[in-house]
Amino acid sequence: MPWLILLLPLASAALIHLGLKRNGTLAAWLATASALATLVLTYLTPSSADPVKFSWATFEGLDITIGLIRDELAMNMMLIVTGVGTLVHLFSLGYMKDDEAKGRYFCGLSLFMFSMTGIVLADNFIMMFIFWELVGLSSYLLIGHWFTKESAADAAKKAFCVNRIGDWGFMVGILMVWAMTGALSFSQMALPEGVPAIMLGVALLCVFCGAVGKSAQAPLHVWLPDAMEGPTPVSALIHAATMVAAGVYMMARFFFSIDGGEHAFSHLAELFPAFSFQTIAWVGGVTSLLAALMATQQNDIKKVLAYSTLSQLGYMVLAVGLLKPDVAMFHLYTHAWFKALLFLGSGAVIYACHHEQDIWKMGGLFKKMPITAITFALGTLALAGFPLTAGFFSKEQILDVAFKQDKALFALVVVVAFLTTFYMGRLFFITFFGKPRTDHAEKAKEVGPLMWLPLALLAIPSILAGYPFVAEAISPLYHHHPFKLFSAAFLASILAFAGGIALAFVLYFNKDEDALANQPVAKLFANKFYVDEFYAWFVKWFINFKASIIAFLDDFIIGGLLVGGFSRITATLGALFNRAQSGSLQTYSYLMAVGIVAVIFITVFM
Amino acid sequence: MFDQLPFLLILLALPLVALVGIIAGGPAKSLALIASLGSFGIALISAIVWQQQGDSSLGAFEYQVLSKPEITLALGLPDAMSVILVLLTTIVTLAAIMASRCPEGRERLWFSSILLISVGALGAFLSTDLFFFYAFHELALIPTFLMIGMLGKGDRKEAAWKITLYLAFGSIVLLAGLLWLVGASGSSSLLFSELLASPIDPAAQKGIAALLLIGFGTLVSLFPFHSWAAPAYASAPTPIAMLHAGVLKKFGLYGLFRLYPMVSEGLKPWLTLLIILLLANILWVGFVTLNQKRLDGMLANSSVMHMGYIFLAFAALIAAESTIANPLALPAATLLMFGHGISIALLFALSDQIEGKTGTLTMANLGGLGKSTPALCFLFGLAGMASIGLPGLANFAGEAAVFLSGFKNWTYTEPLGPVQIATIIAIFGVVISAIYMLRAIRQIFQGSPVSITENVADLTLKEKAPALLLSLALLAVGIYPNLLLQLFQRQTVQPSPVLVESASPATSETALLINESR
Repeated sequence: MPWLILLLPLASAALIHLGLKRNGTLAAWLATASALATLVLTYLTPSSADPVKFSWATFEGLDITIGLIRDELAMNMMLIVTGVGTLVHLFSLGYMKDDEAKGRYFCGLSLFMFSMTGIVLADNFIMMFIFWELVGLSSYLLIGHWFTKESAADAAKKAFCVNRIGDWGFMVGILMVWAMTGALSFSQMALPEGVPAIMLGVALLCVFCGAVGKSAQAPLHVWLPDAMEGPTPVSALIHAATMVAAGVYMMARFFFSIDGGEHAFSHLAELFPAFSFQTIAWVGGVTSLLAALMATQQNDIKKVLAYSTLSQLGYMVLAVGLLKPDVAMFHLYTHAWFKALLFLGSGAVIYACHHEQDIWKMGGLFKKMPITAITFALGTLALAGFPLTAGFFSKEQILDVAFKQDKALFALVVVVAFLTTFYMGRLFFITFFGKPRTDHAEKAKEVGPLMWLPLALLAIPSILAGYPFVAEAISPLYHHHPFKLFSAAFLASILAFAGGIALAFVLYFNKDEDALANQPVAKLFANKFYVDEFYAWFVKWFINFKASIIAFLDDFIIGGLLVGGFSRITATLGALFNRAQSGSLQTYSYLMAVGIVAVIFITVFM
Repeated sequence: MFDQLPFLLILLALPLVALVGIIAGGPAKSLALIASLGSFGIALISAIVWQQQGDSSLGAFEYQVLSKPEITLALGLPDAMSVILVLLTTIVTLAAIMASRCPEGRERLWFSSILLISVGALGAFLSTDLFFFYAFHELALIPTFLMIGMLGKGDRKEAAWKITLYLAFGSIVLLAGLLWLVGASGSSSLLFSELLASPIDPAAQKGIAALLLIGFGTLVSLFPFHSWAAPAYASAPTPIAMLHAGVLKKFGLYGLFRLYPMVSEGLKPWLTLLIILLLANILWVGFVTLNQKRLDGMLANSSVMHMGYIFLAFAALIAAESTIANPLALPAATLLMFGHGISIALLFALSDQIEGKTGTLTMANLGGLGKSTPALCFLFGLAGMASIGLPGLANFAGEAAVFLSGFKNWTYTEPLGPVQIATIIAIFGVVISAIYMLRAIRQIFQGSPVSITENVADLTLKEKAPALLLSLALLAVGIYPNLLLQLFQRQTVQPSPVLVESASPATSETALLINESR
């Protein structure tokens, strides 16, 4: 049965590709049915410590397997993937109704479900890497769904290539871990005595590189905002709830394996040198801060959410870096629901406004789209960490961990929490309140049930998922952190929320323009700190520089002097033989004849 | 029953018979197609039988041509590497013949050249005698040069001249190395089995190893002897590019691995140099590939670049000092040779279709082709993804195994050795590959269509057939690499001489592991 979870989506993708490309509607329902079936199967599959597996590539002394792990970590993640996945499929039925390549779209979604399942259930690093690349492929295909649009095609390429940079480090990390522990399989990964700390730290950071790429952490974050070129349901599923969180999941999986099963993570700090996990924590922290700042000045509804995703992923990475992978997983789990809700909500808004994405061209949508607006409000509250929503519980734990371990990071997290409430408040006020600012917004009406039903269904876990009794029922993973009222973390999160929402209300409620837009510092945020421009400049400079160097060396030195000198000598020699028309052949036959004679000669006389 | 037949001889004779038929005036394409289909069938069956019977002398054939010196036409499948490369040869030959867009009136030359190259490659991989091993490869080169010079595109004369000179140089250096090797071994027979049983003085090994590295290296486009490859592949008629880049070029790598046990000591001093050169293949040529404006030039350079990875496996083997200490290197290299051979052949075949349909391969002039030709776009995407090492397609299994072999012999208490550092740098190549391949796909197939890419007819079933054959091979091995890898694991009745190693302290330990893994 575990194999079915993995293979159903693959079968769906294969069937659609081979036969149903033309029949988009059937393809859509097939893909949705397979997603639903995997959700049910996931629910029915009991957790089990023993992976089922078969040999995939066998070498002498090394057997690489494809095996499915079904521990609590994996099954909990699977519930998120299939749960959000099914709802996104459902939403897509409406959203992509009139797309001319619906078959291809749903084929891509099924391929994604297959690949993501593979990452989650992978029982060893190589298998995880295999599916890691395959989610990259499905992400590439889905971002580039409208591939005749230049910006979509560019974004798809960028996503894949930037991810490959992270995968470079990831692969090196896998190799180092393999050499150190002697195992690729997660269940056999135990660190021997006597590994130099520096090597261990380097290996950890290399593995982390994979997460930096996939979970879009600075400095490789640039692909994720561009990935919003894909259809909005794709952004919800892949670029918000699941795939981008795979980096966090992978780190959690790695720490769980190294930790060896008791999941207290107390001795991880003794195993790994401090510089390595502190780097991880700060990468997460800095990403969350930068992304939150950038989000405050975006005008594209999806871009705001994309930067917010970056920022929340930064939170999770920070928790990983503080050696609390279970806390990171908890935030991953709550975030998946409300961020998918927000993205699908934005999809509904975009759909209703005839593919308008600029929030300043919306406005007053609350009355026109009440279901969307209310569910979006719930998602916003959860993201902002409003008390008694799902996001509140998980964010509070991150604040708590940071407070205990590193006060500087704690301050950073609080600032980010404040910014989060601020930019989400801004987004919500501008989009749903005030006057409709364009015709499209004026004429917008509520979306159909295929689209609002997933919103309503996602709103439920967005509120409830974080309550201790729900979380613990979902997964025993979340036992370890009892909720504490009136701690420093609690107070800080309340203050951050109140401050953020108040500022957003003052600046943006019933306003027609952005009062901050002309501030120089706001321009810096709006232009994403010019990181993309810097990379573009660097790549261009590098390509020109490299091209001139290589052209010089390749033509002049290699072609001209080294080998060219040799070929000139040969050419002169060759010219001696080159009397007939096909000189090259004759020269060659001659040389070959000489060679054969020489072979015979030497073997005879030696 | 099958194993009673001298099927290796039939395998080799089949294309020759068709060749004679074509020269005698028979229908060229049909004969070539039938012969290559037959060869493919025989190769496939022999791989299966070979795996099951576990007998290295299976289908072997020996005929002594000369007794003094002892030159024997000896055919055999001594190890899995031969089996896999023979399979590769027959698949690519079949696809090359199917994908041929032969100019009017040149059918006889065209198809007989393809068959001759195929015979040469098969002969080289099947020969268990040093003389024929060398001679068959030379035989295959002649039609290669001829076809580029006579029926190539663009600057064909110059390209033909360049490849001829370079490969002649490589062959001569190689010949010198082989002669020295035979002389130093003191063996009277040129059979591999005899040669491998006669140890060579380490002092002589160093020189022999250098000659072999330069000779074989030139044939495989090892930096800095690589600059023949790009113009030759860009000019060559498509089936020739498919066969040379896909199959014939692997001869050099095959030779290095085949003769490795005889010069394992002598190769060690050259390890650092080899590593520098193979990294130049990956990075330098990788950057050159990024600069290409035309698709054929890009594919040709990418093929040179990817040879670096196979050399990396060889470097890992040299550093480990035996195939027992590093049992990953040889299967890894073979797997990658297979994957690369299939994927580059597929890419050349599809780029030929693109040129046929749009009239250009200059990438900036194309765009949006995927809109009108979804099948071509899909197949090219698949081939491109294979070549940049996407899992699920054959090349990834090979590349991953190469990287693993690079770290196989590292102990964590030591600092990283040269092979590990090379592996780390080499993995950066996957970033470069992704950039140039996705950029090509972006420029050719994505974006808004231009006048030459609008209303282009998609591939017909006949045009799709060779691409589907190659794609299936990529998928089958990519999804389940053990299809090929199990060939390395069979219980041998008589240990293949190639795997007999100089004694190594790790031997007993690894042998134990082997038994456990069974």
